[in-house]
Amino acid sequence: MSGLASALDALWAFVSHIFDPFCGSVGVFSLFANNTLLACGDSGWGDEIGFGFKVTVTLACATLPIGLTIGFLIALAAQSQEKPLRRAAAIYTTIFRGLPELLTLFIVYYGLQIFLQAALAAIGFQERLEINAFFAGMIALAFVFSSYCAEVLQSAFKAIPNGQYEAGAAIGLSKTKTMLLVILPQLIRIALPGIVNLWMNLLKDTALVSVVGLTDIIRQTGIAARVTKEAFLFYLIACALYLVLAVLSSIAIGFIDRWTKRAGASR
Amino acid sequence: MAGLTLQSVVKQYGAHPILHGIDLAVNDGEFVVLVGPSGCGKSTLLRIIAGLETTSKGQIVIGDEDVTHLQPGDRGIAMVFQSYALYPHMTVRKNLSFGLENLSLSKQEIDGKVAEAARMLAIEPLLDRLPKQLSGGQRQRVAIGRAIVRDPKIFLFDEPLSNLDAALRVQTRGEISRLHKRLGATMVYVTHDQIEAMTMADRIAVLNGGNLEQFGAPLELFDFPANKFVAGFIGSPQMNFYEGTLRQVEAEKVTVEVAGLGLVAVPVDGSTASVGQSVTLGIRPNHFHLRAQSPASDHKISFRADYSESVGTETYVYGKIEGSDTSTIVHLSGHVAVDENDLIEFGVTPANIHIFHGESGLSFAKRRADGSLIAP
Repeated sequence: MSGLASALDALWAFVSHIFDPFCGSVGVFSLFANNTLLACGDSGWGDEIGFGFKVTVTLACATLPIGLTIGFLIALAAQSQEKPLRRAAAIYTTIFRGLPELLTLFIVYYGLQIFLQAALAAIGFQERLEINAFFAGMIALAFVFSSYCAEVLQSAFKAIPNGQYEAGAAIGLSKTKTMLLVILPQLIRIALPGIVNLWMNLLKDTALVSVVGLTDIIRQTGIAARVTKEAFLFYLIACALYLVLAVLSSIAIGFIDRWTKRAGASR
Repeated sequence: MAGLTLQSVVKQYGAHPILHGIDLAVNDGEFVVLVGPSGCGKSTLLRIIAGLETTSKGQIVIGDEDVTHLQPGDRGIAMVFQSYALYPHMTVRKNLSFGLENLSLSKQEIDGKVAEAARMLAIEPLLDRLPKQLSGGQRQRVAIGRAIVRDPKIFLFDEPLSNLDAALRVQTRGEISRLHKRLGATMVYVTHDQIEAMTMADRIAVLNGGNLEQFGAPLELFDFPANKFVAGFIGSPQMNFYEGTLRQVEAEKVTVEVAGLGLVAVPVDGSTASVGQSVTLGIRPNHFHLRAQSPASDHKISFRADYSESVGTETYVYGKIEGSDTSTIVHLSGHVAVDENDLIEFGVTPANIHIFHGESGLSFAKRRADGSLIAP
């Protein structure tokens, strides 16, 4: 069994090396930046920047589903018949939209550490605990993303006429089924432009996590800039990478948009 | 199909009452229209029947089953909404079949029901379109189709024609009436347009301020309104009202004194009246006849015209009865040339005059052509 695992591991390493967009066989840096500061391996910073790019993308992609889920729940709470739920949703969005993202990150990174340390101490666990920068960044960005996302979804909910819920009820759908089959498909269409906007912001906000030691694009290019004294070059590379992410996102979003329209037409 | 019975249905929002104990029995296969001014509770009542609102008190029975506490989907109703409420992300075909997919029906059965409804409503060419690609009238037909495929016990319509233009409204009105005859279904239809109510209904329920004012056949409401509100609400243009005093009371006739009209003898039941009592006299605009065409037995009225509106087939004359300050509308058939300040002599048949109690607004009982007394 362990032999199979190591074989799969080796296969994955081989495949990811070939298809690595930066330092793989057909990677940008491998093909066009040999014998420069962006070369891969010990002679340049290509693999470090490539790794930073992957971390940034992974962080954004990991944050998105968490942020969307929390945002959806907050939007539901904001429309609830229950006053405490509405109030809790309002407090949540006010706090996380009101605080600077960097401050939220610090509070989560250090505060979570203190809170977990205290909780573990209460059950007799005295070991020193350190929160992973990636995890802290993901949680902090998810809080910020979800608070803005909740507002986008709330306005999308308001754009769906009450008759849609009632028509679902009148044909015998449960509230859950009405939400899944009738409301959600419409909600996605209405909220998509707003969520796309938030996704673009999220991609850029990942840069903040470098301040707590996460090796993302900004941190890696920053280190390279300080060591090589070529700040302009490396920050220009960082700009290019963020723009590549934006362009790729736009293309993907275009596909999603067309898919939602097609899905509507084919139903 | 099934009948519908509402027993003492009350609806309150907090301390604010919307419906005050509505009792209504709709027969199996009957087309009943709920009418009334805005905010009278007619849409709330329909939503209570549908199960989209809960009752504060009272019972709703469909067929033999008490459905008061059942979910909308379990009541055997289908509702056509004012906004149509079509699912914008689904094609017409999917809109029609969507409600059936919830039931344990085979694809063949679903397709059969959809095809039948589409044929009945002439929407077969639209089945693969999205709602945004349809006109108002087409959307309306799809909404009705979505109700038909469910084969409900009762159809509920919430002002379904209010978003259509005038010509389409008349056409769709006819289509719904034909559909009712064809399906033989029980239908409850809400509107604020009393022309719709008069032309479509087997019986009309007139609501006002959360109370059921009268429930009866369209012409019964027109000819024998239970009270001043119904008299004013049913009929277009509205009935003319004049304040007066009872001067003479007999078993089969009362005499009322009205400014400008003098003493008017009206054949109504005088058993509940007393001399000196304040009353309101009502005359429908179409019950004024030009003196030349009116029999000698008619009550004579002199009328001073302010202005008139002619639409070719009929003329509306606005003005006041000489000696009275009350504005009056007269509806004459055909084109009649009337100038401002013209003095016109009219006659009104006493049997067509209505009298209402001053305080309660209740109608004095009148006799039908067969001699039977209609008490409010």
